[in-house]
Amino acid sequence: MKRVLAFVLLLAGCSTAQPSPSTPNITVFAAASLTESFQKLGKEFEAAHPGTKVTFNFGGSSALAQQINQGAPADVFASAAPANMKQVTDTGAITAAPTTFAKNTLQIAVPQGNPGKVTDLADFAKADLKIALCAEQVPCGAAAKKVFAAAGVTAAPDTLEQDVKAVLTKVSLGEVDAALVYRTDVRAAGAKVEGKDFAEASGAVNDYPIAPLAKAPAEAKDFVNFVLSERGRAVLTEAGFAAP
Amino acid sequence: MRSRLPVVLVLPAIAGLAFLLVPLAGLLVKAPWASLPTQLFSAEVGQALRLSLVCASLATVVCLVLGVPLAWLLARGDLPGRGLLRALVTVPLVLPPVVGGVALLLVLGRRGVVGQHLDQWFGISLPFTTAGVVLAEAFVAMPFLVISVEGALRAADPRYEEAAATLGASRWLTFRRVTLPSVMPGVVAGTVLCWARALGEFGATITFAGNFPGRTTTMPLAVYLALETDPDAAIVLSIVLLLVSVAVLAGLRDRWIRA
Repeated sequence: MKRVLAFVLLLAGCSTAQPSPSTPNITVFAAASLTESFQKLGKEFEAAHPGTKVTFNFGGSSALAQQINQGAPADVFASAAPANMKQVTDTGAITAAPTTFAKNTLQIAVPQGNPGKVTDLADFAKADLKIALCAEQVPCGAAAKKVFAAAGVTAAPDTLEQDVKAVLTKVSLGEVDAALVYRTDVRAAGAKVEGKDFAEASGAVNDYPIAPLAKAPAEAKDFVNFVLSERGRAVLTEAGFAAP
Repeated sequence: MRSRLPVVLVLPAIAGLAFLLVPLAGLLVKAPWASLPTQLFSAEVGQALRLSLVCASLATVVCLVLGVPLAWLLARGDLPGRGLLRALVTVPLVLPPVVGGVALLLVLGRRGVVGQHLDQWFGISLPFTTAGVVLAEAFVAMPFLVISVEGALRAADPRYEEAAATLGASRWLTFRRVTLPSVMPGVVAGTVLCWARALGEFGATITFAGNFPGRTTTMPLAVYLALETDPDAAIVLSIVLLLVSVAVLAGLRDRWIRA
């Protein structure tokens, strides 16, 4: 009994030792595709601003926008699409004008060694090749649809996957010969997936806007500026993003 | 004389029933009933529903053909390491279905251990086909059948089988005429569970067989994708799947149990 009591007291002691709420903590809601680059930027920001803690919530941009509009404690919102940013500025949760900080384009993803000898978008119409695309309901699928329409190619997909990760699983296992995903996803997938640029990609460029929330502390604006800085640009370029 | 039902049992039973039924009621309350008929008779929903019913039924047949003998082997066979084997059979139950789908790809995929030979020798490629859906569903659903039939076999009195053997019946004849009829309720319960699990299968199916309308898009896949853009449509699709499965299960189960 005594020992239990001591343990409880110990726990109570721990809880009072936690940092007081006056420490500047900022919470960044960011699109899932920004996970690696923003985590890196967050660490660098913390190092440059001693005492500041940056917490991330990564997810699909539409889900994040809904969470913010329902009162989730966000200080910065970085969206993978202007449409989702607009959902938040419409409710007044963000009053500052969002800034485009990166662009993402589609790339042809093929398994290592390119067994299907895929070179351009026209190959997606070949019935003997196994092709994976994102379903139209998810952003990468909508972008792919736009690109195919602009190029006049009727794609012959074997599967319409539920998200980018599922598409890349099939490419890295060699189950499909080609897929259309974002450049940053190809970069993140590692050596088993090769990316190929194609001319028509410029027809579906995705803008990434960022903005601090209206009621966020001053550090939120600092973080946004850090993302927009030279250093921020360098980290994003490394991940495969294009400059705005 | 009937005694009163004990409160210690009735109260948790009612709580359990509510726990299972309240989420369903929520689905029904939130449903956009006005759009239900148009959704129900749209070509896409019909296609997905038909595919779901066909694949779940075929998967159940596969499970019966392979699963009942497996259950018999586990219950009656004198195997070394039977306990371990029994545990391994239930692995698909604990495995997240998506992992099951990846495992199937690694074995039966185009570059898989077995799949590459199927592709080279026979030109058979299972991923992204309706056959792939049936396989994925059977993989996930078979343990339900095996466990249920094995339980029934172990509870059955082996003296009837021994009596049949002393009268000169072969083991195959004994199995067909004595063992199987005596465990029929277990087989029926297992079949129902197996079919229901196959019908609702999502993770292994989308991972192994992908998603293509008319070929591999079953109802759960259609529901998941509808959720991305149109939550109302997703609710309607779920209700359609629920109604059809409840109707089939209620109808068939009564018939089988009476028989």
